[in-house]
Amino acid sequence: MNPVNPVLQITGLDIRLPRGADRELAVKGAALALMPGQTLCVVGESGSGKSMIANAIMGLLPRPHVEPVAGSILFDGQDLLKLDENQLRTLRGRRVGMVFQEPMTALNPVMRIGDQIAEVFDAHISLSAAEKRQRIIAALTDVGLPEPEVLIDSYPFRLSGGQRQRVIIACALALEPALLICDEPTTALDVTTQAQILKLIKDLQKRKGTAVLFITHDFGVVSEIADQVVVMQTGVVVESGAAADVLRNPQHAYTRKLIAAIPQGTMREPEKASTEPFVLQVQDLHKTYITGGSLFKAGRKVHACNGLNFELRRGQTLGIVGESGSGKSTVGRCMVGLAPFDSGRIMFKGKILATNGAEFRAQSRGKIQMVFQDPYASLNPRHRIGAAIAQGPIAQGVPKAEALRRAAELLQLVGLGPEALDRFPHQFSGGQRQRIGIARALAMEPELLVADEPVSALDVSVQAQVLKLFAEVRERFQLAMVFITHDLRVAGEMCDHIAVMQRGRIVEYGETAKVLANPQHAYTRTLIEAVPRLSQAPATETTLETQA
Amino acid sequence: MKSTFWQRFCRNKGAVFGLFVLALVGLVVAFGPWLASNSPWDMVGAPFVHPMTDHELPLGTDTMGRDILSGIVGGARVSLLIGFVSTVVSLLIGVTIGAVAGYFGGWVDAALMRFTELFQAIPSFALAIVLVAIFEPSVKSIVAAIAIVSWPPVARLVRSEFLTLRQRDFVAAAELAGQSTPRIILTQILPNAASPIVVMASLMIATAILLESSLSFLGLGDPNQMSWGYMVGSARTVLRQAWWMALFPGVAILLTVLALNLVGEGLNDGLNARSDGKGR
Repeated sequence: MNPVNPVLQITGLDIRLPRGADRELAVKGAALALMPGQTLCVVGESGSGKSMIANAIMGLLPRPHVEPVAGSILFDGQDLLKLDENQLRTLRGRRVGMVFQEPMTALNPVMRIGDQIAEVFDAHISLSAAEKRQRIIAALTDVGLPEPEVLIDSYPFRLSGGQRQRVIIACALALEPALLICDEPTTALDVTTQAQILKLIKDLQKRKGTAVLFITHDFGVVSEIADQVVVMQTGVVVESGAAADVLRNPQHAYTRKLIAAIPQGTMREPEKASTEPFVLQVQDLHKTYITGGSLFKAGRKVHACNGLNFELRRGQTLGIVGESGSGKSTVGRCMVGLAPFDSGRIMFKGKILATNGAEFRAQSRGKIQMVFQDPYASLNPRHRIGAAIAQGPIAQGVPKAEALRRAAELLQLVGLGPEALDRFPHQFSGGQRQRIGIARALAMEPELLVADEPVSALDVSVQAQVLKLFAEVRERFQLAMVFITHDLRVAGEMCDHIAVMQRGRIVEYGETAKVLANPQHAYTRTLIEAVPRLSQAPATETTLETQA
Repeated sequence: MKSTFWQRFCRNKGAVFGLFVLALVGLVVAFGPWLASNSPWDMVGAPFVHPMTDHELPLGTDTMGRDILSGIVGGARVSLLIGFVSTVVSLLIGVTIGAVAGYFGGWVDAALMRFTELFQAIPSFALAIVLVAIFEPSVKSIVAAIAIVSWPPVARLVRSEFLTLRQRDFVAAAELAGQSTPRIILTQILPNAASPIVVMASLMIATAILLESSLSFLGLGDPNQMSWGYMVGSARTVLRQAWWMALFPGVAILLTVLALNLVGEGLNDGLNARSDGKGR
């Protein structure tokens, strides 16, 4: 094998944070080398400085607040840190492409898809209009988008998140750059879409020989795509090496912790047929949204729930699994009384509840509670934690001192100290806020807890802790729980029963073990196959060997 | 480390200057009677006394020999009073209507917004003149007229804030906890909408002072209260003989309104932590 020079070589990179930040250097002494045609994954939790490295390569750091102070970033033999803005601009797009995390905001909503890709060509090379159009269509075809001739003239709002991410990849790869930087490109996507995008990146890389720098927090993704891995913790590279070695034989404690945090899809012990009373029975639930209608025009009808049936006993957990748009969140909101439903019955402890939201909530007397997806939006930024937890019991007539005392107990139960009572939400991390959200729900002494994607906004290692907390409180209070998620791994770990939803219908419903081990519906099988698994690490290894 | 409201406010030098001017105006209002002991309506000297000629009358006298300094001191009280009270009244109307429209949405929102547009469709100054002319000019009727013409923007601002805040999960959590609707509006949503309302209020005081001056300039001020606008208005006919009669009250209006605008901008910087470049 000939010695090949790395496309990208970072040595001793220090990036300074502004004074008053939680640490002095965002990245300290980072070093990595990326060979042509290979994929290097930078792994770490949020705040570990992994995105800083990507931004430093692209020259996108918010200087002078955040400034690289030492080290070098060698790309094609020239130090990117020494180039000025003009020289960097000729590299961006042409030699280095970048894919961002949030596909919904990375495209300009008022520009046609074709024009956005054309910008890349206009910035670097001059082409005739016809030739440009041809190359744009070729780029769109490359990323597997259907009907590129139609797509080129349409606006981003017509595309789903996964399709937008494909457009962005097409943009990034339009000029066949030597290096592609992907900053958590699949984190905002569904599992099935994530699998498709990862496959696409792998295919394109094989075809075009692009080197890929892939930033992620999920070791499941790493095992799918990486040749080399660099693990970062609080700005320091703690481990690096070939993906197969690191995954099979992690040396550093932090790497082991991250790998252990991946939900393994281990199934919850199936309990013997429970004879506990039913807490929740849902029969033939229907809910339609009408969108885009006006006084003179009928709107489009969306069947978010179409004849749903399921039931739940005390102490049991039901997982509702599906992609975004499958109607799973709508079911959740109907079950707690935040959204009215059209027809059907929801029975709580054998009593039929009203279809209208406000009456529903009055009848359930706060015994149905919800844990929300976004820990940043679910706590009022102007309320202290103690007040936020105690507000529910106070509204139900519990004396204030008593409610606050109980809030302190609950905080201890979810693993936070009593000093948290007087703090504001912004002083807590995402995982801590989700704990506070759970404490707030528990303060009402609920009998049914509905959790809507409670861990999908969290890092993998924090996810594992929060899931453990859910399991603990379920045992302790004998809660009935509905767990809404897009992640089958999580559902498998948490739930006794699983209902798989697609376009407002339940396509498969049964015991977790049966659904996961022997899926009957094609859609369930797709979902299961899409899950990134560590067991696929050897497969990555074999492809590595064939390449070498 | 998060910088405090006060640090961010002080980073805006203009805002600090504005606050200083406002404090000065406040002192004038509080200690006015000791500063200028003459009644603004009494003839205390010869007409047309130049400023800086008589040390009893440092800013000179007007056509009828009234003390200009006393007029400005007296006018400060009226201007600030009308500015503050009319802003408070229009905030009460605007916040209530905007909050109800934004929280409940649907036809309630549609009805209230059409009602708001009714007021926005009429030129506000013309409406204010008509209102003051219908009710006899007095401090009360002027406050009412200014409040009635200036609440629609508040209602629209509060409505848009409520529309987005209403969708937040913490509001859903409060609903699930069984909190009453007024309680959710007042304790959950309103505090989060407070920053833009405060900023807008500071600018509204400035607009109210200008409106009051314009009304008095046209002779629609309270006849029993000396006001800056009235002073400028009465100096209009003798502008070439006695420049000082229009200049000093005019400068008083200018400085106060400018100060309020600067403070408003500073409040915006201070209350809006995200424009600090340290978004969370």
